[in-house]
Order: sequence, then C-alpha cells, then structure tokens
Amino acid sequence: MAPQAWYLILSALLFGLGLAGFVARRNSLVMFMSVELMLNAANLVFVAGSRDHQAARGTACALFVIAVAAAEVAVGLAMVLALFRLKKSVGADEARELRA
Amino acid sequence: MLSERFAFLLFAAIALVGAVNVVTRRNPVHAALWLVGSFLGVAGLFLTLGAGLLGAIQVMVYAGAIMVLFLFVILLLNLETTPFEGLSIARGASLLAAAATLALVVVPFATAKELRAPATPDLPELPATAGNVANALFTKYALPFEVVSLLLLIAMVGAIHLARRPRRGEPA
Amino acid sequence: MSTLPVALLSSALATPPAAAADSTPPFWTSLLMVLVVFGITMTLVPLMVLAERRISAWMQYRVGPNRVGIGGSLQPLADLVKMLFKEEVQPDGVRGFLFTLAPATAAICSLSMMAVVPIGGTLAIGGWSIPLVVADCDIGVLVVLALSSIGVYGITLGGWASNSKYSLLGGLRSSAQMISYELTLGISLLSVLVVSGSFESGSFRLSEIIRHQAESGLWNVVRLPLGFVLFTIAAFAETNRLPFDLPEAEPELVGGYHTEYSAMRFGLFFLGEYAAMVAGSSVIVCLFLGGWHLPWLAPAVTVGPGGAVVQVCVFLAKVLAFLFFFIHVRWTLPRLRYDQLMKFGWKWLLPLSLVNLLFAGAGAALGWF
Repeated sequence: MAPQAWYLILSALLFGLGLAGFVARRNSLVMFMSVELMLNAANLVFVAGSRDHQAARGTACALFVIAVAAAEVAVGLAMVLALFRLKKSVGADEARELRA
Repeated sequence: MLSERFAFLLFAAIALVGAVNVVTRRNPVHAALWLVGSFLGVAGLFLTLGAGLLGAIQVMVYAGAIMVLFLFVILLLNLETTPFEGLSIARGASLLAAAATLALVVVPFATAKELRAPATPDLPELPATAGNVANALFTKYALPFEVVSLLLLIAMVGAIHLARRPRRGEPA
Repeated sequence: MSTLPVALLSSALATPPAAAADSTPPFWTSLLMVLVVFGITMTLVPLMVLAERRISAWMQYRVGPNRVGIGGSLQPLADLVKMLFKEEVQPDGVRGFLFTLAPATAAICSLSMMAVVPIGGTLAIGGWSIPLVVADCDIGVLVVLALSSIGVYGITLGGWASNSKYSLLGGLRSSAQMISYELTLGISLLSVLVVSGSFESGSFRLSEIIRHQAESGLWNVVRLPLGFVLFTIAAFAETNRLPFDLPEAEPELVGGYHTEYSAMRFGLFFLGEYAAMVAGSSVIVCLFLGGWHLPWLAPAVTVGPGGAVVQVCVFLAKVLAFLFFFIHVRWTLPRLRYDQLMKFGWKWLLPLSLVNLLFAGAGAALGWF
C-alpha cells in the first residue's frame, strides 16, 4: 500500500501548481483550468482520507465536489463567453470597467 | 503492494506532468489537453485508492464532459497562442507567495512521523466501493444529494441564459 | 495492445468474484484472454469492412467486391495494403502531434472497450476458474461509458487539428452529438443495472449482468424492451452510424472530421469506427440479449472447455447478427439533419429513458421481474 503521506504530498503539489497557474496566468480560461486542478487536488485528499479512515463519506464528498465543479464550469464558461462578446478578449485584465 | 506503489508513481507522474504543462503552455488548447491528461492520471490514482466508482466518474464527468465543454469554448472562440507577457514584480511576488503556501502545506505532511509508515494493513474490502458510497449517498447524505441536483439545474438554466445572444429588439 | 494496461490494473486491484471453490488463475491466463479477445475483435473489424460492402450491394441489387479472394474475402486485406502504401497528404497548417493523436485516440478507446466484455462464462479447468473476460473489474460497465467519453476527443481533435472549416464543423457537431446521446446511453444502462440487482451486490460487472440473465432464464430485452430500443439508438449515435452520421456524411460536410486524413491515419479512424461498432454490439448483446447465454445450448455459467467453446460461439453469433442489423439500418434509413438529431436526442430519447428508468425501478421494487 502506498503510504498516506505520498498522496497528501502529491495533492499538495497539484494544489500548489494550480495556485501558481491561477496567480501567474492572465488568460481567464487557463485560470479556470487551474481552479479545476486545485479542486482535483482536494478530491485526492478526500479519497485518500476515505481509505485511511475506512469511511465512504470521503468518496461521497469527492462526488459532490465533482458535481459542484461541473455546475461551476458551466456557469463560468457562460460568463467567459459573455465577456468575450463584450471585450473581444479572454484576458482577465480586460474586464476592468463597470460600464459595458 | 509493490504493484500498487508502482501504479501510484506512474499515475502521479502523469498527473504532475500534466499539471505543470497546464500552467505553462501558451496555447489554451494545449493547456486543456494536458489538463485532460492530468485528470486521467488523477483517475488512475483514485483507482489505486480502491475508489473504482469515483475513478470512472472522474473520467466520465471531469475528463469526458467538463473538459469537452472547455474545448468547445476554446475552439469556438478561436483563441490564438498568447505570447509570454514577461514577469512583472507583482507576478513574481504572487508566485513566491504561492510557493510559500505550498511549502507550508507540504512540509508538515512530509515530516510527520505518523504518516510515514503505512498505517492501514491490506484490507479485504476497501471502503470506497460503489456499494458503500451509494449507501452513504442515499441514506446519510441524501439531502446534499438532492440539493446538488437542484444546483445542477440552476447552473444549466444560468449558463443558457448567460450565454444567449440577445435577440433583435432585446437589450443586451 | 491497449487492453493490456487495463488487464494489469484490474488483476492488481480487483476483488475476484466469488469463485466456486477454485483458486484464482495465474497471471498468464489474463494475457491469453487479451490475445483471444483482441484476435476476435481484429478479425471482426475487417469482416465488417467486407460485410458492409457486400450486404449493402445485396440490398441494392448489385454484387459488391468479389474479385479479391473467394467471394471478396481478401478485400479488407487489399484495403489495408492500399492504406499502408498511400501517400500521407498533410494540408498546410495542421497541428502536428494532435493530427496523429486524434485517430489513435479513437481507435484505442473503441478497442479498449472490448476488455470488459465477457465472451463466455467461467471456465473451470485444471483447478482454476477462469472468467472469460480480459478484465473483470468491479466497475465493468462504467469503463464502457468512460471510454466512449474519451472517444469524443478523437473526433473533436481530428476536426480541429485539420485546420479546415469543414473538419472543424464536422468535429464539433459530432462531439456535440456524442455527448448528447451519452446521457441516454447512461440512463438506459442504469435501468439494466436496476433490473439485474447490481445495486445490492454493488458491482457493475458485465459478467454479473449476464449471470443474472442466465440464472433467471430471461433476457433483459424481454424485461426492458424500451430500454433496449433506447440503448441501441444511442449506440448508433455514439458510433456515428447512419441515421446519425451527418458529421461525416459526404454530401453534407465533404467528409467531416476526417476530410483531411489520408492513408494510415484515415485507416485508424476507419478502424476506430468499425471497432466501436463491434464493441457497441458486444455491449448491447451482453446487456440485453443475454451475452453468451442460450436457454438450452448454453445455460450454465461455469463450464468446461467444450461448454466454453459453445458459449463463445453463441456470443459471436449474436454479435454478428447485431452487426448485420447495424449495416442493414445504415443502408435503409435516411440521414437525420443535425437539428433534428439534437432535438430527437434531447426532447425524445432523454425523457423516454427516464420513463424507462422509472419503470425498471418500479418493476424491481415490486418484484415484476
């Protein structure tokens, strides 16, 4: 059995990479993808904890995270599309005025 | 046991390489595809943890539906490869902050003595099988389950409304 | 072979089903199963290429290819040689690696689906019980759904990487169609799982579904006829076969996502499409038509070598019959226009599949089946 620590360190690395991507990139789609990476890292911790504590609720929670991520992606991409129609660009720095 | 460690290392490598490429690729299509690869690696990790249901759902939903949605948007918007913008001071500082957060999280895990040794012996039945998860979902967590389905409906309606082109005569 | 990693992972991680007092077989039987199943699939695919042309010719009152070999039997070989030696024409501006990855993805996903399909029951030989599946993992049927989700990428990327507007349109349309019909596929599958009592045992194994049909003597097509029809229609849409093949139809989009492909890359797309047909037919046969089970010829689950041969022959006969049905429908029905296709999938099939699920759930709870 791979020790618990390995899974936690891996998920911390994935989370860190997602965080770095979110912070460093200005393309809103890539920022979105970094958020998904962070969510995956969290899911990994949930499932690893589920195995370690012998409880199915960790996996159930990971399932909820996936469902919520799906909902978030749908709405977020719709917003990115709407913003693109307005600003003709997906840069996160482009949307800096309150007026259309 | 050896095969599980090997499987872990293989899938962890796939997930990490994918993640690194997601945040570094300039072409958004390539970044999306590397993210799909990373998700497949994470799905493999779920399989090594005995969560077969979640691994399959990860592939079906995350890699197979959410990322397809991403790809649709990227392909339809016809985005070009953005050139490297250069590292400003603010961006460098935020990267440093991200690295510090990462270190803060990783170091305790890596040095904790309890986590070093494999705590649980080889189990006859792994806890995250489909049956157990389904039991939890439909008995103890039935309310969040229903709320999530409502959330998905709301998200669908919201997404359709937000992405609609304004018809003639309607304000944007 | 693409099924090997699945077999490796499964034998490392899967809990073996309750064997009849026999020990778990050694590792090399898995490899043998891989060879057998892969051999069967790769025999059926060229057979389908030939059968498509001969049967369509028969239906159209002409002859079809009959020069190469006896009755045209070597025609697929001739096609393969042609594809291997043709010049690979790459238009300007194709996106490198993805141009090659796309057909490979389509072919890999379709071929890998055969890894979870049981071609027979359990073979009891030499003190071992060998389930006649490549990978009898706990999440059996979900692997089929997951692989069809990944197969969408093959087409989307093929369309985009070709750097041509027909290809991009065809690729996007096809992937939208595939993800829409995946819903009906999944929900019809759920109704079969409800009826097979898989939810008590908590496993999604195809061998369990067939075992349930064998032990109760009733195929699922009798229990859930609506589910059978819905799953079949969704399978047609998933494999991009007529009447759902607008994304690759010649009069509409020149060739859709495989317009710019030539020689072996096109051969891979071709292989992927026919392998998806074979895999889809096999899954439908296992889910609804009883798999390897036939009431008097092949009734039992655990058999000796002779019984196993009978089971495999029964399975192959059913798959071939269903493939004939695939071809027959292709040359009979007209094509659905894209908006008709999407309307049909979302407004008709999805509600009907939910009704079917309700019916299956009610039946399972009230003990009708």
